[in-house]
Amino acid sequence: MVWQERVYLDYAATTPVDERVIKAILPYFSPNFGNPSSVHFEGQQAEAALEEARERIAQALGAKPREIIFTSGGTESDNLAVRGLALAERKRRGATRILITPVEHHAVSATAHQLEDVYGFKVEYIPVDSHGQVDPDDLRALINADTALVSVIYANNEIGTINPIAEIAKICCEKNVPFHTDAVQAVAHLSLDVESLGVTALSLGAHKFYGPKGVGALYLRRGTSIVPTQTGGAQENGLRAGTENIPLIVGMAEALSLVLEDLDRESERLRTLRDRLIEGVLESIPRARLTGHPTQRLPNHASFAFEHVDANLLLMHLDHEGFACSSGSACKTGNPEPSEVLQAIGLTPQWAMGGLRVTLGRGTSQDHIERFLEVLPQVVEKCRVINRVS
Amino acid sequence: METPRIRKVVVAMSGGVDSSVAAALLVEQGYDVVGMMLRLWSEPGKEDLNRCCTPDAMMMARRVAAKLGIPFYVIDVREKFREWVVGAFIQGYMAGMTPNPCLVCNRRIRWGVLLQQALSLGAEWLATGHYARIIQDERGQFLLLRGLDTSKDQSYVLSVLGQEELRHTLLPIGEFTKPQVRDLARKFGLPVAERSESQDLCFLAGEDYRDFLMRHAPEVIRPGLIVNRRGEVLGEHKGLAFYTIGQRKGLGIATSQPLYVVDKDIRQNLLVVGPQEDLGKRVLHAAPVNWILGEPPAEQFRAQVKIRYTASPLDATVVVETPQQVRVEFDQPVRDITPGQRAVFYQDDIVLGGSMIISTSMR
Repeated sequence: MVWQERVYLDYAATTPVDERVIKAILPYFSPNFGNPSSVHFEGQQAEAALEEARERIAQALGAKPREIIFTSGGTESDNLAVRGLALAERKRRGATRILITPVEHHAVSATAHQLEDVYGFKVEYIPVDSHGQVDPDDLRALINADTALVSVIYANNEIGTINPIAEIAKICCEKNVPFHTDAVQAVAHLSLDVESLGVTALSLGAHKFYGPKGVGALYLRRGTSIVPTQTGGAQENGLRAGTENIPLIVGMAEALSLVLEDLDRESERLRTLRDRLIEGVLESIPRARLTGHPTQRLPNHASFAFEHVDANLLLMHLDHEGFACSSGSACKTGNPEPSEVLQAIGLTPQWAMGGLRVTLGRGTSQDHIERFLEVLPQVVEKCRVINRVS
Repeated sequence: METPRIRKVVVAMSGGVDSSVAAALLVEQGYDVVGMMLRLWSEPGKEDLNRCCTPDAMMMARRVAAKLGIPFYVIDVREKFREWVVGAFIQGYMAGMTPNPCLVCNRRIRWGVLLQQALSLGAEWLATGHYARIIQDERGQFLLLRGLDTSKDQSYVLSVLGQEELRHTLLPIGEFTKPQVRDLARKFGLPVAERSESQDLCFLAGEDYRDFLMRHAPEVIRPGLIVNRRGEVLGEHKGLAFYTIGQRKGLGIATSQPLYVVDKDIRQNLLVVGPQEDLGKRVLHAAPVNWILGEPPAEQFRAQVKIRYTASPLDATVVVETPQQVRVEFDQPVRDITPGQRAVFYQDDIVLGGSMIISTSMR
């Protein structure tokens, strides 16, 4: 295969694992393979590693170690929070309404819909504006004593918009309703402090911040009632049964520390590149628009919609030119539907089929962005021509 | 120093052994290969049964591409397939014909949309896993030939192509036999998925075409009368689309001698039946014609003519009435010539052209 030098611009999908993280992980496959529940020395070594990781992650989030539950990733964290909190609140005080937004990750929205279909909850939507952002006043109008749970995504994966999490949390706190946020996309780029945010629960997944896939965590405020969704042994304070994945947990803790070490400088660097990218795209491509909030968005995240462009075709041509990007409506099996998120922010199908997400990260350079800006206008034009003639 | 440009080819992959080996051969020959698979239309809920692109087949194609280290993309053509291919299928039946939608798919989807996608990606060719061959003659024209494995030959379904398409087409397995292709798959270490070799239409998902028509084009189903050549009424039919030329069973009329469907009178909605002798026809009329070289070889010429994908070639004289209309005179009467199917003209291994059968006559 003749493959040009690849330019990876899909850091919101996943990130490469940091070399230092790999180095931290390896000893915990062997020789330090112990089960932290065991009494013997090997078990003690594993338990020490587990608890050290917990402490590091708690510290990074401004939480207490007991408030960190390790999971298999962001999706499991979302499942545990949404299902576990909703069931606990119904048991505790009979509440049956779940409030989410139309721009949640499927890990939250599909879980909420299952709670509606199978468990008799009622899912209601807090509206979002044309940037995909929640207005806290809308929540204030919707929340009541029957609300079991509010879940609002911290920063949207598809359009990058950041929600006013602290304000939302304040409203929920006043009403004594637990508030969960999916912060999976935010962790690598925003400094998170659960105390000042005031959230009840917060999900994260390691592979979005240069850690391994298959591991994540849920922050759960101490004293919160929750029903475990995975039952069995007493691991994770009885909230998540199953032998802990020590190597990956150690890797996640290492990755998070490394990301936070450099967060401000790296975010600033990425923001500059992102702004150059957005400016370049909107200048050089007709019938193009930025999706999501112009300023209150993830520093590494640029997303666009192009009228009369088939996103799958666009991604194929970009891939062929050496650029790995993504789209909300992209689908590997060739049955694209217009993106739900883009429709939720008011885009018509002829725009919503043409979403492009470009997300930057550690490997992204100014040169990559300039090269991308040279290629993209031609590729968009090519897709429009194909759209017209076929 | 300039490095020689490596030439790009898009291979249409299905997850089956033929197109997988085609892709592997091209990689081995040093081309810059890109895999593509078409997502065709299925009735909602029947995606798993579509013969051409089930999720399993797609996964298999993806695995083969990954194994070969080539990029792979799925091209969504569901809307176009529904409009052009399924549309032509329904219209054919409405006109009283027995259409072959695969030919429409080849012409408009594979060598239409997919070839265009390939060219737009900078490829010079579209390659497929058909058992047929393309050679260039001394004048630079592209000739379409039967595959070397005559038992698997698929040149019939490629008789819709012209010079412009053939110029941009590679058929890597046309030089091999099916057993050789299977051996190659093993040699390349490809996951070998044997796809069913049934000739059923992909979008029927194993179902009888009549049930499909009832759901999607109930207006096609108009009951009428069954008559013999003399116009005597022998019974009632359920709709002309339910019957094919040469059909004997299921007519629901009791007679002393077996009767066969020999004709359909679309205008009067009559199903014409007769004894076996009435089935033999010497002449067929066909239009429009696709000449592989762009024009007919002569005003009239001898050829071997296939009247169906699975039929044997039969000796005939092809008379070119206009470049877009031919009369084919068979040496012997031929059974079951079916309007809507394609007549394809061969001289030995060479495909000269093909055309849709419009009607038949005794002379």
